Amino acid sequence: MSPRILLSHKKIEIILNRLSCQLIEKFNDFDDLVLVGLQPRGVYLLNRLVGMLEKSYGIKKVINGKLDITFFRDDFRRFDKTLSPSSNEMELTIEGKSVVIIDDVLYTGRSIRAALTALDNYGRPNDIQLLVLIDRRFSRDLPIQPDYIGAQVDALEGDKVRVQWKDNSKEDTVFIEKR
Amino acid sequence: MEQLSVNHLLGIKYLKEADVQLIFETADRFKEVINRPIKKVPSLRDITIANLFFENSTRTKLSFELAEKRLSADVINFSASQSSVNKGETLIDTVKNILAMKVDVVVMRHPNPGAALFLSKNVDACIINAGDGTHEHPSQALLDAYSIKEKLGDLRGKKIAIVGDILHSRVALSNIFALKMLGAEVMLCGPKSLIPKYHEALGVSVSTDLMKTLKWCDAANMLRVQSERMDLNYFPSTREYAQLYGLNAKKLMSLKKDIILLHPGPINRGVEITSDVADSKNAIILDQVENGVAIRMAIIYLLVAKLNIPST
Repeated sequence: MSPRILLSHKKIEIILNRLSCQLIEKFNDFDDLVLVGLQPRGVYLLNRLVGMLEKSYGIKKVINGKLDITFFRDDFRRFDKTLSPSSNEMELTIEGKSVVIIDDVLYTGRSIRAALTALDNYGRPNDIQLLVLIDRRFSRDLPIQPDYIGAQVDALEGDKVRVQWKDNSKEDTVFIEKR
Repeated sequence: MEQLSVNHLLGIKYLKEADVQLIFETADRFKEVINRPIKKVPSLRDITIANLFFENSTRTKLSFELAEKRLSADVINFSASQSSVNKGETLIDTVKNILAMKVDVVVMRHPNPGAALFLSKNVDACIINAGDGTHEHPSQALLDAYSIKEKLGDLRGKKIAIVGDILHSRVALSNIFALKMLGAEVMLCGPKSLIPKYHEALGVSVSTDLMKTLKWCDAANMLRVQSERMDLNYFPSTREYAQLYGLNAKKLMSLKKDIILLHPGPINRGVEITSDVADSKNAIILDQVENGVAIRMAIIYLLVAKLNIPST
């Protein structure tokens, strides 16, 4: 079955603006906030949000890092495919800061659990929240819920929800591939 | 390529170029890990690794042990001098007894060429060769090539010299395989008595003139004279060897170009390389040691990734 578009680039632009505003509303002072994008796909969302916050909303400096969670995942050796790490760019400390983990799609919650463990290495944060572009409802394996949601999607297990960013395709799109 | 084509690391000659590239890419990631304030990741927390050293080692053993611990594996160490090997136990018996303690990976150094291959055919564990006699030392060759690549970029077309005791060196053979595989040109240099007869089959050139070799190369790997493996005199005296094949600051300056210098350690200061050269900016000996941990983490990680958990 051909992929069905869930969100068009126009809708995604509105969502990104809303998410930026929600962050500003919550963390007026960005000095004590660290945005952490999960490699590889969460980083596109991170970059877009940081760009938007700095250019469109006049935030001077958004402290951010790119976290690779490969070595903290719980599915190592569960598949024939070796888990390939991405680069980890975390030249920062999260000690005493508020952290917002950023990922494109929240599905089982296992990546977020791995991210929480990986973040332990960078200090003891004041609190950690979760921002996702797509929340696949009713599909969680762990008690993990997002604090900031772009859009909620109901998809069957085995369906694939994909986010395409204009950085590496024509335009931003979220689509679903049925089993 | 998403995984290694091999289940053991027995030698470079069993690897494909894509395997080496995958190891290098993974080592890049681990190099970042070992420079973090907390240098440990939990990937191998359910894995036990035995380091079996039937021959002396300082650097390789420490490097493997550190790599294993950085990956959160449980580690047991064994050295032949303090074991039942002295009581006449065979290699297979020793290893089978260790494996009965639920060990997943065996890192082995052994004085006999082919020992790692032999073991891989006779026991059910992932085997990593940490040096088998005068045969291969794959992890050293990988870290050497990785360190050269870090300084010079892509190895294709680069000129690399291997100087010294080629005949007794497992580092030399593994280096030749690895460098040739990655497209480098290799020249061996040393006294004729220490160059193996059949080097042509390896596709390398040979010189007995150190200065000519150094002028030709972009990087030189200065090997140690392995007197412990010499049952007869291969050159008249250490002093003569040092004069003809040892590298000192004067020779290095006279090249009028920058070459990088490697040494697999331990250095015989004043024999193959003088102290001022060993401590100069040309030498990347300490980079090799740091990269050694990252490369070994990558090797272990990628091999263990192929040990699927039986129930899944």
